[in-house]
Amino acid sequence: MSQVNNIFASNTRWINWFKLSSPSTFYPVAGKLIPIFWALSAIFGVAGLWISFFVAPIDAVQGQGYRIIFVHVPASWMSMFIYLVMAAWAGLGLIFNTRLSAMMAQALAPIGAWMAFLSLWTGAFWGKPMWGTWWVWDARLTSELILLFLYLGFIALQAAIDNPRRADKAGAILALVGAVNVPIIYFSVKWWNTLHQGASVSLTKAPAMAQTMLWGMLLMALCFWMYSIAVSLMRVRTLILERETHSDWVRQLKEVNS
Amino acid sequence: MWNSPSEFFAMGGYALYVWSSFGMCALVLLLEPIVIRARNKLVVRRLKQQVLAEQFDKEGSQ
Repeated sequence: MSQVNNIFASNTRWINWFKLSSPSTFYPVAGKLIPIFWALSAIFGVAGLWISFFVAPIDAVQGQGYRIIFVHVPASWMSMFIYLVMAAWAGLGLIFNTRLSAMMAQALAPIGAWMAFLSLWTGAFWGKPMWGTWWVWDARLTSELILLFLYLGFIALQAAIDNPRRADKAGAILALVGAVNVPIIYFSVKWWNTLHQGASVSLTKAPAMAQTMLWGMLLMALCFWMYSIAVSLMRVRTLILERETHSDWVRQLKEVNS
Repeated sequence: MWNSPSEFFAMGGYALYVWSSFGMCALVLLLEPIVIRARNKLVVRRLKQQVLAEQFDKEGSQ
């Protein structure tokens, strides 16, 4: 038994991770990381927008209207990715009973919901000129709408339960069960005959065009990714302050005592 | 690729759709950190008041 303890004690990595999982150590670290992620998001955003509007050429079929792809695809990717990350944090919180994991899940839900909303909004404004309709009850669109409702349900459920620990548990179960929706969204264009094509932009021209478009999309996706991290770190810091109000370390913080 | 600014803003006839999409994204992505910052300030202010109230309490009881 003592040998087992020694193995864990000698492995410093374990100790560091556990240390970081305490809100009091994570709070200042997150504060230092936020500006880094803002800077990364700005760099990728400027480069991505430049390619979106000034490098990527006009599309053979959709004209200039296809440029919506540069926000539609990143928002859709992030809405699904954030949900998986949120469900993973919620699951970790459920298994290890760590406060910070549950707070991370709670901090990710609003930005995930916004990404799902933006995906639907930009999709509607793309569908109107290309398909002739703002909305169809097609598999891809409907499953993305369900994703938005899952986010909203998670937020509402957590807000409805007064005891934060119980709210975490209930939310975690909802998040984990809802995760089944993400592969359904992803594969919906393969499994069903949908109006939403797998790749709705025809890449009939030279491969150079496909490449610039892909770069634009990739850079915009990186911008949205870094943005989501920055915003959720900001939110988790606020959540930590709210939830740990009565702990000594919060009372001794510089910003509270100035 | 664009010969004039007005051509850029016209987006080949798709101005409404392209700018509504990019505009809504910009609006949401700008408002989100502002809302979080406002909430953070509120929490910090409430904490400050609590800490102050406790200090007065201690000094009063001495």
